[in-house]
Amino acid sequence: MNLRPSTLAGIALVALLLAALATLIDAQRLGATRMASLTARTALVARLELTDLSLFTEARYTRHRALADLHSPFQDHPFSLEHFPSGSLLPPPTHLTQARHEALDREAALPR
Amino acid sequence: MKLWIAKQRYLADFTLASLARRKTKNLGLLLVFSLLVFVLASVMLFTSALRHEATQVLASSPEVILQRMVAGRHDLIPPGYIERIGRIRGVQKTAGRLWGYYYDPVVKANYTFLGLTEDAPASGQIKVGNGLARYRGVQAGNVLSFRSYSGKLFSFTVDAVLPADSELISADLVLLAEADFRAFFDYPAAHWTDITLSVANPQEVRTVAQKLANALPDSRPILRDEVLRTYQSIFDWREGIVLALLSAAILAFAILAWDKASGLSAEEKREIGILKAIGWETGDVIRMKLWEGLLISLTAFLAGYVAAYVHVFHFSAALFEPVLKGWAVLYPRFTLAPVIDGLQIATLFFFTVLPYAVAVLVPIWRASVTDPDAVMRA
Repeated sequence: MNLRPSTLAGIALVALLLAALATLIDAQRLGATRMASLTARTALVARLELTDLSLFTEARYTRHRALADLHSPFQDHPFSLEHFPSGSLLPPPTHLTQARHEALDREAALPR
Repeated sequence: MKLWIAKQRYLADFTLASLARRKTKNLGLLLVFSLLVFVLASVMLFTSALRHEATQVLASSPEVILQRMVAGRHDLIPPGYIERIGRIRGVQKTAGRLWGYYYDPVVKANYTFLGLTEDAPASGQIKVGNGLARYRGVQAGNVLSFRSYSGKLFSFTVDAVLPADSELISADLVLLAEADFRAFFDYPAAHWTDITLSVANPQEVRTVAQKLANALPDSRPILRDEVLRTYQSIFDWREGIVLALLSAAILAFAILAWDKASGLSAEEKREIGILKAIGWETGDVIRMKLWEGLLISLTAFLAGYVAAYVHVFHFSAALFEPVLKGWAVLYPRFTLAPVIDGLQIATLFFFTVLPYAVAVLVPIWRASVTDPDAVMRA
C-alpha cells in the first residue's frame, strides 16, 4: 500500500509530538528518582556548610563564586585582564552588581 | 469540513512533492533549523535545571558568612573575632570554618581542602570527592600524598569517597580533621578562614549583618539570600560567551531563513506562475506555502527540542562539557533533575517557528498577486 506524502508527514509529526509529550512524563519520572540524591546533596551542604557548586574549579572566584569580592578580576595586578574562560560564562555575584552597586559591608558606617 | 480537510491534504501532498524536488536544499535547512533549536533548547533546559538544583541545594548553606578583608583580599580571622560576634544581639550560633585551595601538580587540578571540627575523619585520614578520586584513580583504603606549601610531604589514607551523585557540590573536596588541616597549611593557631553564623530571627538577617559590618569594619558579611541570588543568575542570557554564541547562531539562521524565504528562486516563481495559470487562486498558493513553512519549522522545533531534552537529562549535557570546563581539569559528572519551564518552551516556539512561517509568506504573497504571465516570463 502506497501512503500519500501528507499521511507520511502527518505520522512523522504526530510521532514527534508524542515524543515531545513523552519528555514531560519522563521529566516527572526522572524528577522522582533523582529526588533522593538531591535530598542527600542538600544534607551534605548543610553538614559541611558549603556555599557553592563545584562546577568551575579553575579559579578561586569561579569555584566559590558566591564568595568572590570586588577585587577578584584584578587578582594578579591592577588592570590585569580576566584570563579564565569560565569567568566569561558567569556573571559576578549579584550582591556586587545589584542596582545599589554597594555591597553590604560598604553600607556600614565607618568608625569615628 | 470533510471537503476542507481533503483540500488541505491535497495542498500538503503538493507541498511535500514540491519540497522533494529541492531535497538537498530543504533537508539542509531542516537540519540547520533543528540544530539551532537544539542548541537554544539545550541551553534553556540546562540552565533552568541547574538553577533549580542550586536553589534547592544551597538553601541549606550557612545563613551568614563573615569574611575578613585586608587590602581588598580575603584574610584569616584572628583570635577573638568569634567571641565578639557572639556578643552581638540576634546572633545565635557562630562557628569558624577552615578551608583553602590546593593545586595538585600530579593531575594539574585545584582541590578545595576543608578542615572539619565536627564529624571529622580520624587523624591521618581524608574523605575525598568522587571527581578527585576519579582523576587520581584512588578508592577507600589507598594512600594519597600531597606536598604542602611549606614543602613537606603529607600522606593521608583515603577513609571514604563521597557519594558519586554529590559530585556537583563535592567533586574537588578533600575533608580532613582540623589538626591535619592546620598542620598541612601551616595555619596559625586559633585563626579561621571565615565564620558562619545563624540569626535567631530570619527577618533580622540583614540588620544583624549590618551590625556586624559596623562592629567589625574590616569584615564582609555574605548572606545566604545573596548566595542564592548569585546562583539564580547563573549563565545569565546577557553574559559573555553564552550571548555571543547564541546571537551568532540566531543571526546565522536569520540570514539563512531570510535568504530561503524572501528571495524566491526563478524556479519557484515559475511554479507559482504555472499554478496561477492553471487556475489556482492566490489564497491556495499562500496556503500551500504556509504548509511548507509550518511543516519545516514544526518538524525542526519538535526534533530539536526532543534531542535537547535527551542531551541534557540523559547524556548530562555532554556537549557543553568542553565549554563549561574552561581551563579546569576537574569537572564534575552530574545528572540534573529535569525542570521544564512551559513559558520558556513557548518563548522558544514563538521565536523560531512563527518568524519562519511568516518570513515565507511575504514574498509568496507578492509573487502570487502579480500576473501569471509576467511571473513566468521574469
